[in-house]
Amino acid sequence: MSLLEFENVTLKFGGVIAVNDLSFNVEEGEVFALVGPNGAGKSTAFNLISRFYEPSAGRIQFDGHDLLAHKPSEVAALGVARTFQNNELFDHSTVLQNLLIGRHRHRQTNFLAEIFFSPNVRKQELQNRHMVEEIIDFLDLQPYRDKMIAGLPYGVRKVVELARALATGPKILMLDEPASGLSVEETADMRWWIDDIRRQMGITVLMVEHDMGLVSSVCDRVLALANGAKLAEGTPEQVQTNPAVVEAYLGGAA
Amino acid sequence: MRVHFKTSYEQDIRFFEDRWTLFLYASLVILAFALPYLIDDFYLGEMTNVLIWAVAGLGLMLLTGHTGQASLGHAAFLAMGCYAYHILVKYGVTFIIAFPLAGIITGGLGMIIAIPALRLRGIYLAIATMAMSILVDDIIVLTAPWSGGVSGMFSDPLNLYWIQIDRWGTPVAFYYVVLIVIVLVTIGYANILRSPTGRSFVAVRDSEVSAQAMGVDIARTKMLSFALSCGVTGLAGALMGMFSGVFNNETFSVVISVQLLMMIVIGGLGSIHGAFFGAIVIGFLPQFLSISKGWVGDMIGGSAVAIPGLEFGVFGMILIAFILFEPAGIYGRWIKIRTWLELFPFYRKGMFKRQKSFLKTERLQ
Repeated sequence: MSLLEFENVTLKFGGVIAVNDLSFNVEEGEVFALVGPNGAGKSTAFNLISRFYEPSAGRIQFDGHDLLAHKPSEVAALGVARTFQNNELFDHSTVLQNLLIGRHRHRQTNFLAEIFFSPNVRKQELQNRHMVEEIIDFLDLQPYRDKMIAGLPYGVRKVVELARALATGPKILMLDEPASGLSVEETADMRWWIDDIRRQMGITVLMVEHDMGLVSSVCDRVLALANGAKLAEGTPEQVQTNPAVVEAYLGGAA
Repeated sequence: MRVHFKTSYEQDIRFFEDRWTLFLYASLVILAFALPYLIDDFYLGEMTNVLIWAVAGLGLMLLTGHTGQASLGHAAFLAMGCYAYHILVKYGVTFIIAFPLAGIITGGLGMIIAIPALRLRGIYLAIATMAMSILVDDIIVLTAPWSGGVSGMFSDPLNLYWIQIDRWGTPVAFYYVVLIVIVLVTIGYANILRSPTGRSFVAVRDSEVSAQAMGVDIARTKMLSFALSCGVTGLAGALMGMFSGVFNNETFSVVISVQLLMMIVIGGLGSIHGAFFGAIVIGFLPQFLSISKGWVGDMIGGSAVAIPGLEFGVFGMILIAFILFEPAGIYGRWIKIRTWLELFPFYRKGMFKRQKSFLKTERLQ
């Protein structure tokens, strides 16, 4: 069984069909990319998995669970972590606090114990801090640990968002345009990190990306979308040379 | 400048950053406990008033400053706490039980009220909660058999085992009661902030979308925030009732709600210190104004001038000045001054300039 399964998912906003009868599977341990022109429904597919949108038809399965039976806030507990296209960090907190929010799904204590900061809370906090530090170490965020998000450059914010998603300890990591707005060097870093996340941490990666260089160097399989429907699926080379994909990007032959 | 060389994770979750901070706050608490020996009863009464406002401010700060839910209805929760406590006492419940129970009752009511309010945000939430504030006036009148309605209720001296504590008879003892309450509330508040609950509040404030993606249940978090906030405000209300000695349906008017909100904005949203700074301004301003009215009267050689509505005019002007020149409030200004002192002479003008936020993901919902 695949880790993530989309079965004939359709999402309509009034008369607009954002996702049209889409089916695909993401296997455990692979890096899977969604590509396609703007408005193809890539981010919408992410938002469907995050349960921000309710599909009009179809089924989404994750790790044997029916995702549609869960609330948006329960999706993280199943092991789904995500980043956002245009950073959605907690701007008035430090990097450290942002990453600690990532640990929220592992929380064992309730607010009553926290008011008194009981020994259990302390133990849990130390453990959270330790987990977060490992991710800081992995993504080289040490210089920014105590900095406020509001003052950080865009490239760093992207990394913090990746770190926050990793801090949840996910089974699948959904990256919405991890390389958008990054410099060439930062994109290269991102490539190594995605590779390491898959190889060392064994986390499945699902990403939306426009940078075909990044896609073809890290992805095992690519799904091309246009107008909410599947155009082509396969290895990066197969998809890039698929006539339907070329047509969607460049327009049909005159 | 103090540089923290961190060698253990304990240092990041510690209550006080370092020994110096511990020393400062310890001295402050000792000073607060020694205060009755330093100032006369009049100023001690004023100080008690400021501390009671600070408790209410802490309550609202948790909701507005840390969870980002504006409320113009907190006077209603002050009233609920005040009446809950005094009605319990009337039926013979002792202070030690009645006081926390008043907080719990108010918190529970706040949570119930929060359920419909969860769908609202920003200005709409403020308007809905303001309706609460107006409504509670009528409810007090309607429940006259218990609440005394328009003719009001008297606050009996508080019986604490062997001593009777009364704001007029034993101002020092009453001051200590208030002081102990505020110290406990502040410690609880600070503990909440350094644990997952506090972080989830801040997450809801800054970005509901990504808080949800991190597994924070927005509805539950907001309800908890309402409950804790209203609970603390209820405690402040009970103290306020004891302080004023007599109160009726008009004591906790909408104006009090507005004053509370103003107080935390002036003090500095999103910080515990802000509630205290704001309370000092709100608590001492009327006294300051009446004293300065006397000075002005002396200067122009006439009797003291009476200007109706002067207090609110000045409050309004102060609020506008803060929003224009220092949106971070008194605490924000203090942080800047402290940094200036610590870094002297290397402080740069733009140090606290916030970069304009980048485009947010198209807001869902």
